[in-house]
Amino acid sequence: MKQAPRNRVQEQDPQARSQNFLEVALGYSLEEARQEALRCIDCKNPRCVQACPVKVKIPEFIKLLLEDSLDEAFEKIYEDNILPSICGRVCPQESQCEGACILTIKGESVNIGALERFVGDYGMEHNLADKPVKDTNGIKVAVVGSGPAGLANAASLRKKGYEVTIYEALHDYGGVLKYGIPDFRLPKDIVTSEINNLEKMGVKFIKNAVIGKSITIEQLMKEEGYKSIFIGSGAGLPSSLGIPGENLSGVYYANEFLTRVNLMKSRAVPDSLTPMKLGDNVAVVGGGNVAMDAARTAKRLGAKNVFILYRRDKTSLPARLDEIHHAEQEGIDFRLLENPVELTGEDRIVKEVKVEKMKLGEPDTSGRRRPLPTGEYATYPIDNIIISIGQKPNPIIKDNTMGLDTQPWGGIVTDEYLMTSIPGVFAGGDVVTGAATVILAMGAGKDAAHHMHEYLQTKQQ
Amino acid sequence: MYKIVEKKQLNKDVDFMAVEAPLVARNAEPGHFIILRVDKEGERIPLTIAGIRGNLVDIIYQKMGYSTQLLGKKEVGDTIEDFVGPLGQAAHIRDKKHVVGVAGGVGSAPMLPQLKAYKAQGTKVSLILGARNKEYLILKEEYAPYVDHIYLATDDGSEGTKGLVTDVLKPLLEQDDTIDHVVAIGPVIMMKFVTMMAKAHKRSIDVSLNPIMIDGTGMCGNCRVSIAGKTYFGCIDGPDFPGEDVDFDELMSRQSYYKDEEHVCYLKLKNETSAT
Ligand SMILES: Cc1cc2nc3c(=O)[nH]c(=O)nc-3n(C[C@H](O)[C@H](O)[C@H](O)COP(=O)(O)OP(=O)(O)OC[C@H]3O[C@@H](n4cnc5c(N)ncnc54)[C@H](O)[C@@H]3O)c2cc1C
Ligand SMILES: Cc1cc2nc3c(=O)[nH]c(=O)nc-3n(C[C@H](O)[C@H](O)[C@H](O)COP(=O)(O)OP(=O)(O)OC[C@H]3O[C@@H](n4cnc5c(N)ncnc54)[C@H](O)[C@@H]3O)c2cc1C
Ligand code: SF4
Ligand code: SF4
Ligand code: FES
Repeated sequence: MKQAPRNRVQEQDPQARSQNFLEVALGYSLEEARQEALRCIDCKNPRCVQACPVKVKIPEFIKLLLEDSLDEAFEKIYEDNILPSICGRVCPQESQCEGACILTIKGESVNIGALERFVGDYGMEHNLADKPVKDTNGIKVAVVGSGPAGLANAASLRKKGYEVTIYEALHDYGGVLKYGIPDFRLPKDIVTSEINNLEKMGVKFIKNAVIGKSITIEQLMKEEGYKSIFIGSGAGLPSSLGIPGENLSGVYYANEFLTRVNLMKSRAVPDSLTPMKLGDNVAVVGGGNVAMDAARTAKRLGAKNVFILYRRDKTSLPARLDEIHHAEQEGIDFRLLENPVELTGEDRIVKEVKVEKMKLGEPDTSGRRRPLPTGEYATYPIDNIIISIGQKPNPIIKDNTMGLDTQPWGGIVTDEYLMTSIPGVFAGGDVVTGAATVILAMGAGKDAAHHMHEYLQTKQQ
Repeated sequence: MYKIVEKKQLNKDVDFMAVEAPLVARNAEPGHFIILRVDKEGERIPLTIAGIRGNLVDIIYQKMGYSTQLLGKKEVGDTIEDFVGPLGQAAHIRDKKHVVGVAGGVGSAPMLPQLKAYKAQGTKVSLILGARNKEYLILKEEYAPYVDHIYLATDDGSEGTKGLVTDVLKPLLEQDDTIDHVVAIGPVIMMKFVTMMAKAHKRSIDVSLNPIMIDGTGMCGNCRVSIAGKTYFGCIDGPDFPGEDVDFDELMSRQSYYKDEEHVCYLKLKNETSAT
């Protein structure tokens, strides 16, 4: 049988959208979703499910969608994934569920991401997730950080009856979902609505609390009566290039740039108190989601020429395929196999970036071909450069928690039950794995909740 | 929301405020700072913790631009939207015999808890307070119990020596061999010159850097400073650093990158005020 082609998701026109912060992908209508759902052949041993980090029961929710049982379809996803509207939008589906879909062998996979988004949004509009949990077992647990890892952990524990409090360092909840990923990919009201659901479930939120500073892990256990703690503090510390000129004015780390725009809502002054200063020519260093977000955001803020500097080739770009494609459509210039080696300035404001041309050698430990220097250079005039080459865990908790084992690069060490070197203290998400994905962080939060429950049960006896 | 419990005007431009913030007060030490947002639309601004009394956190701020002026409009009983801390590393209270504190303008506020700590460990403490004029010499009385000598300097000579803090510091360093350490807090340009002078006279020096900050937790990197060619984050590694190897010129450049935009915000506030 010949396969029907994948049903395209409507998108905002590239020209129009590169001037606004509204969502790029508009999502399926009910009819489009049905059409796409019809393409799933309901495999007996669905490869897609195996490839999803939290094992969403994909063919089952798709079937329910086809039967017009949207409430049930939502429940089905929600059993495994509490943030379907978010994951449907930001998961790297091509290397997870969709990458494994049987249909890819002969053509294009089912658009699982868009279907999950559709069902997730339906659930949100119909308040299917906001169910208060009345039962409480009187046991207090604390969660550090309100990113996807912390949110998933808190939701799972609350459902089991625990009294859960989330402590967040910033003045708003959601972690990278709020301060990192821009509105045009993930509208902030979606994140807020997920957080409201948790609040309705009975999870307590405390903002402006930097654990390790405002209150330590030890104080939470010994003085505040928390019986177990989950650390989901993410990987928020920007990595540096380590090249001359990096501290010139006009050089941003992606975190600063995106935080100003997303969390502090910088647009132009005087409408925003935390403004964003950006010239016409903007270079972005890196090839991941963060780099794509920074480049596309720069374009939307009015930069005329935005180009990406990436030291490998196009097939090695770690960003989601959709985002690379969208960036190209929006006029972002990809300067591949180019590695910045020096920034120079005038009056201490950055003016030029010097790059070395690279070529590809043998595959390295990551399986990608290693970029090698060629000794050839080029220089580009710039007004700003945004460094987006990765993040490491923030040192605050590590430095202020006695007896907490960490890796040389700062990650927290956990055992097979996600417990740290301190009994009763668990960890998961980017703070354990290094910068990864929303769904992996969420999965870790959920798994840790399971182990925390077991730990607390055995302790009770 | 954080309640303002006390407020006092120290001079035309500088206010004292005590804010109820148990999670800040709990672990605060001299040298720590807080970050606040006045209201829901506010920017995040850092201020040093000037004192802790129970659940109360004291701050002293100079009404510079938009956010500090907005803060100045709040009164006792009003609330501040966000107030987070204690941030940064506590001040390095070193094992010294005789410390001279050099405070410029509102730098007098963050200096106070440090000198208190020096006094408490038995160090002899001298203080040079410098300001534009008499009215801007703040906290003189508050310092009295903790310092052995206080020297004043004003630009216009309205009180103390007419001139800069360095004019007072120079003879002290030349004549008093017991002085073995200097702490300078104030405008970057002042800290730069005090550092040069301390170095020339072979005394160690600590300074308190004030780069532009957003989160204050090591996440954005806006606050980076160069010290002996190495990059540090002001908010988690500082704000206090040994002065000797600080790249003050870089700090001044990075501080002023947003000058134009800050000015626009300030005008906005003026317009709003005159409209009402
Ligand atoms: C710009 C950008 C784009 C991305 N795009 C994608 C994408 O398209 N798809 C995808 O799957 N992944 C993407 N990622 C990665 C993904 O967002 C992260 O892997 C995920 O958010 C990690 O979740 P987490 O809960 O571990 O940490 P975070 O989301 O980082 O949350 C950690 C939270 O803990 C708080 N915290 C830190 N320290 C403390 C403390 N001491 N006390 C209290 N609170 C603390 C932080 O403020 C933060 O709110 C992107 C990341 C970035 C930066
Ligand atoms: C660790 C630290 C401790 C500080 N302690 C005190 C204190 O105890 N009392 C006090 O009066 N001031 C203190 N400051 C300075 C204070 O943060 C600024 O005066 C304030 O942010 C100015 O904001 P504004 O909107 O009123 O003025 P603006 O007009 O916006 O700015 C005036 C000047 O303040 C600086 N500034 C602006 N925004 C920031 C920011 N987000 N972070 C840091 N600096 C900024 C810039 O150099 C700018 O040129 C401290 C700064 C730091 C970094
Ligand atoms: S959670 Fe992510 S990987 Fe899993 S099915 Fe949904 S989109 Fe695919
Ligand atoms: S692998 Fe593809 S076709 Fe098979 S069940 Fe999963 S989504 Fe449907
Ligand atoms: S203020 Fe953001 S890292 Fe220091």
